[in-house]
Amino acid sequence: MSDFTQTLITAIAIGSLYALIALGYTMVYGILKFINFAHSDIVVLGAWSSYTFSNWLLKLIGVETKGMTTPPAIWVAVVVLVLSMAFCGVVGFTIERLAYRPLRRAPRLNVLITAIGVSLLLQNVGQLDQVFGASPQKMPQLLPAAELASFTFGEGESARKVVIGLVDVMIFVTASSLMLLMQYLVFHTKQGVAMRAVSYNTDTAALMGIPVDRVVSITFVLGSVLAAAAGFLYVMKYPSLNQPAHTIWVLLGLKAFVAAVIGGIGNVRGAVLGGFVIAFVEQFGAFYISTNYRDVYVFVMLILILLVRPGGLLGVTTREKV
Amino acid sequence: MSLLEVENLHVSYGAIQALRGCSLHVDEGEIVTLIGGNGAGKSTMLRTISGLLTPKQGEIRFDGNSIRKAAPHLVARAGLIHVPEGRGIFANLTVEENLQLGAFSRTDHQQIREDRERALTLFPRVRERLRQAAGTLSGGEQQMVAIARALLARPKLLMLDEPSLGLAPQVVQTIFQVIREINRTGTTILLVEQNAAMALNVAHRAYVIEVGSIEMEGPASELAKSDDIRKAYLGIH
Repeated sequence: MSDFTQTLITAIAIGSLYALIALGYTMVYGILKFINFAHSDIVVLGAWSSYTFSNWLLKLIGVETKGMTTPPAIWVAVVVLVLSMAFCGVVGFTIERLAYRPLRRAPRLNVLITAIGVSLLLQNVGQLDQVFGASPQKMPQLLPAAELASFTFGEGESARKVVIGLVDVMIFVTASSLMLLMQYLVFHTKQGVAMRAVSYNTDTAALMGIPVDRVVSITFVLGSVLAAAAGFLYVMKYPSLNQPAHTIWVLLGLKAFVAAVIGGIGNVRGAVLGGFVIAFVEQFGAFYISTNYRDVYVFVMLILILLVRPGGLLGVTTREKV
Repeated sequence: MSLLEVENLHVSYGAIQALRGCSLHVDEGEIVTLIGGNGAGKSTMLRTISGLLTPKQGEIRFDGNSIRKAAPHLVARAGLIHVPEGRGIFANLTVEENLQLGAFSRTDHQQIREDRERALTLFPRVRERLRQAAGTLSGGEQQMVAIARALLARPKLLMLDEPSLGLAPQVVQTIFQVIREINRTGTTILLVEQNAAMALNVAHRAYVIEVGSIEMEGPASELAKSDDIRKAYLGIH
């Protein structure tokens, strides 16, 4: 029971991270119909820029990061998160403007290859000494390692403790707030209606007076901002920061992509659902079967779902009357 | 000066020339129809005017300004609204949201509400379906939504591409009645049709397009009497 609860808590935290990243994949796909392979590198950028901003900010307020034992005030974490989101938003905007917009009328394959190119570029530029460097770093501890609550199951010898850590709760709360905000934006604002119109038919959307290029830019910025938040939250949970081109990042992005596909690519709610499904499969599989195959469960799940529902869980193929 | 002037328009899809030097004009208050067979270049003409295609040569002026190179969303904002062939309904949105998009670039909320009311009075069927996903509507209802949505943009010139396509005769009647009604309240209309009989009946002037060039033009009532037209488009011998 205790193991189950602990795994559940982890799965919810990790699931909200996958969901955040999956939203970026699915929104860009919904509008431009291509997989933005550089999206996972924005997550890495979010993580590493959080590291850079933290060190800069801590130095600015005179906190020694070496051998730091008590975390700084909570506003430091908030400022770092906001800075990192803003920075990644700008980078996402720039990438779309320089790399993807010139290809708006080009075959989709060209855009896909360009996305892979952008991804490689980000990975390799990130490894330069002048940027983040090619060695792992330790993220300064911004959040207290506090336990919000702990429960004990069983008695005596077999007693096991379940801990709800502050970090897990922060991840869930931040991620869900951002996702709710996104949900509101897409389904209850004029911009959101425009976004869904562009995703359905670009030409007709333009005939309505919708500036399609601006809608695409907004979509990229939103996706990148969410990716940055995911990157930040990820290093809050796992403070040993792997170097920018490490396969662990690639795998993180890939799983979030799988989440988007499982939920039904192009579907905003599906991405969130997919994120949690993936995390549950991964975490429970790792705990009850074997940790060695944690990645395997995710991809097996992908295959199974695609066999049964090729459009994804929420990806209903709308029948149209003509 | 005409509201819309198209001069010597040349448009190609790659190596295929779709329009070879077409000229036409639409005056304020008119209903002008462009009739012709499949592949004659009717839709190409509208798509070029609204900025979805860029002409190789020629000039398009709307309200005195050149819109030859203008992006489609700017053409729409200038008051030239194009209801595309196949209606261009956003099937994933509700009818209400479709209507909202018609007024996308407007900020005069009071007038938008009035225009919405007027459009829904023209199409009572649309009012009944406001909360439904637009993709679930019948073809005729979708066409009504498309026209109602266009009216919410308060067009100076409304371009309709085959509004009768695939609709039951009764619905076609309704649509054409509304076209006449919209025109009576001051909206200029450029109507592309394969249903030449209906189009010539409703329009003031007409152009006949064949394989990319304008072959005939004149008052609609005169063209309707012409032997060539009767044979080729009205099926009367």
